[in-house]
Amino acid sequence: MSYTKRFDNRKFDEMRKIEAKVDIIPRADGSAMFKIGDTVAIAAVYGPRSLHPKFLQDPEKGILRCNYTMMPFSVSERIRPGPSRRSTEISLVTSKSLLPVLDLTKFPNAVVDVFIQIIQANAGTRCAGICAASMALAHAGIPMKDMVAAVSVGKVGDKIVIDLNKEEEDYEDGATDIPVAMTGRNHEVTLLQLDGEVTKEELMKGLEMARKGCLDIIEIQKKALREAIKENQNE
Amino acid sequence: MGILIKEKSIVVPGDIIAEGMDYLPSLGCFREGKHVVSERLGLLNVDNRFIKVIPLTGSYVPKVGDTVIGEVKDMSFGAWFIDIGCAYDGTLMVRDATEFVEKDADLAQVYNFGDFVVAKIVKITRHSSIHITTKGPGLRKIQGGKVISVTPSKVPRVIGKQGSMVSMIKDGTNCTIVVGQNGKIWINGKNPDDELLATEAILKVENESHIDGLTDKIKAFLEKKK
Repeated sequence: MSYTKRFDNRKFDEMRKIEAKVDIIPRADGSAMFKIGDTVAIAAVYGPRSLHPKFLQDPEKGILRCNYTMMPFSVSERIRPGPSRRSTEISLVTSKSLLPVLDLTKFPNAVVDVFIQIIQANAGTRCAGICAASMALAHAGIPMKDMVAAVSVGKVGDKIVIDLNKEEEDYEDGATDIPVAMTGRNHEVTLLQLDGEVTKEELMKGLEMARKGCLDIIEIQKKALREAIKENQNE
Repeated sequence: MGILIKEKSIVVPGDIIAEGMDYLPSLGCFREGKHVVSERLGLLNVDNRFIKVIPLTGSYVPKVGDTVIGEVKDMSFGAWFIDIGCAYDGTLMVRDATEFVEKDADLAQVYNFGDFVVAKIVKITRHSSIHITTKGPGLRKIQGGKVISVTPSKVPRVIGKQGSMVSMIKDGTNCTIVVGQNGKIWINGKNPDDELLATEAILKVENESHIDGLTDKIKAFLEKKK
């Protein structure tokens, strides 16, 4: 059986509705919210601040610590709060996807902490988290070479689609989910995970789709950042 | 070729500001091939051939010459370590202190833990050691009054154009106010009510910094409360 029409009537290369907002947590140095469809992520950035215990410090450059957490009520069946095998992995890949654009050489021995909370989940949470974290880091004034955006592509049945929702991820005839993160100017891939089956041609088609999606997201991110400043500057 | 984004507009990390080799990147931007690219969220400033991005958000970034207010956090043989609200503590050497310190004296007798000082940043080394001094006009240990914090990026708004905002609050409340560039503000008044009013006014400036005609609004607020 082939997958001819998407469950929520989107086109195969159409993302869900995106909303982005910057400066949502007054106590943090930088913060942002990113919403794609029913998936909502918030990110807060603290720092650069001093890092303890001392053996973690790097005297050549600052380090980045990401912390991804899903809130217990974010999915239909309550998940146990606290770190898990899954959230530890996502925290790690998130920090690895953000590090290539960050310039932390000016903050030796210091740490930049990024806390990502998933308030509501409907697939693509790590991508939403990366998008929110990228905006929050820019808002915190950390030197960045570029913005990072992320979106998932995948194979549902026999079709390559962008931005899968939960229904599509659980498609009975098999679905492959490929989260991709990219930088804005040079389209460098900073995250690519793949779980499932896909041919080389299909992957290339998916990546091309993700590139277009990421560029759209970056425009939305930049707009949100500009608006946050304008609100503060109307005198 | 030339500048691609209008001056005084807001730029975001990754924005291409200028093309070609006519312009030089300075603060908050860098060169990538033919382009000058922003690396900060901030205001674009073009001065002759120099491109600068002035950061508008984020935590305090120490600069040489800034007056800051900090708390004594630690001390060792010849120095105090002052928390100035950034990733690195400011080092205040004994020879840079206002007070004369005898050899082998107990440093806690001069500046004790929890004391606040008004200090000036004299030197920042390459690996971000910050040297500060309390020698100079207006620099000292804080006695009396209270210290409040505002977001460092709102400090220019609290000070106002040529200090208009802060001097208005000073006159309106009869308080001495010292604003540190790191967002710490020392308020010292004759009675606690004055200090409370000054605190309220400053927090009002911080919360409503985006509103038009804020100076008039604060003036009206101070007169009403008097």
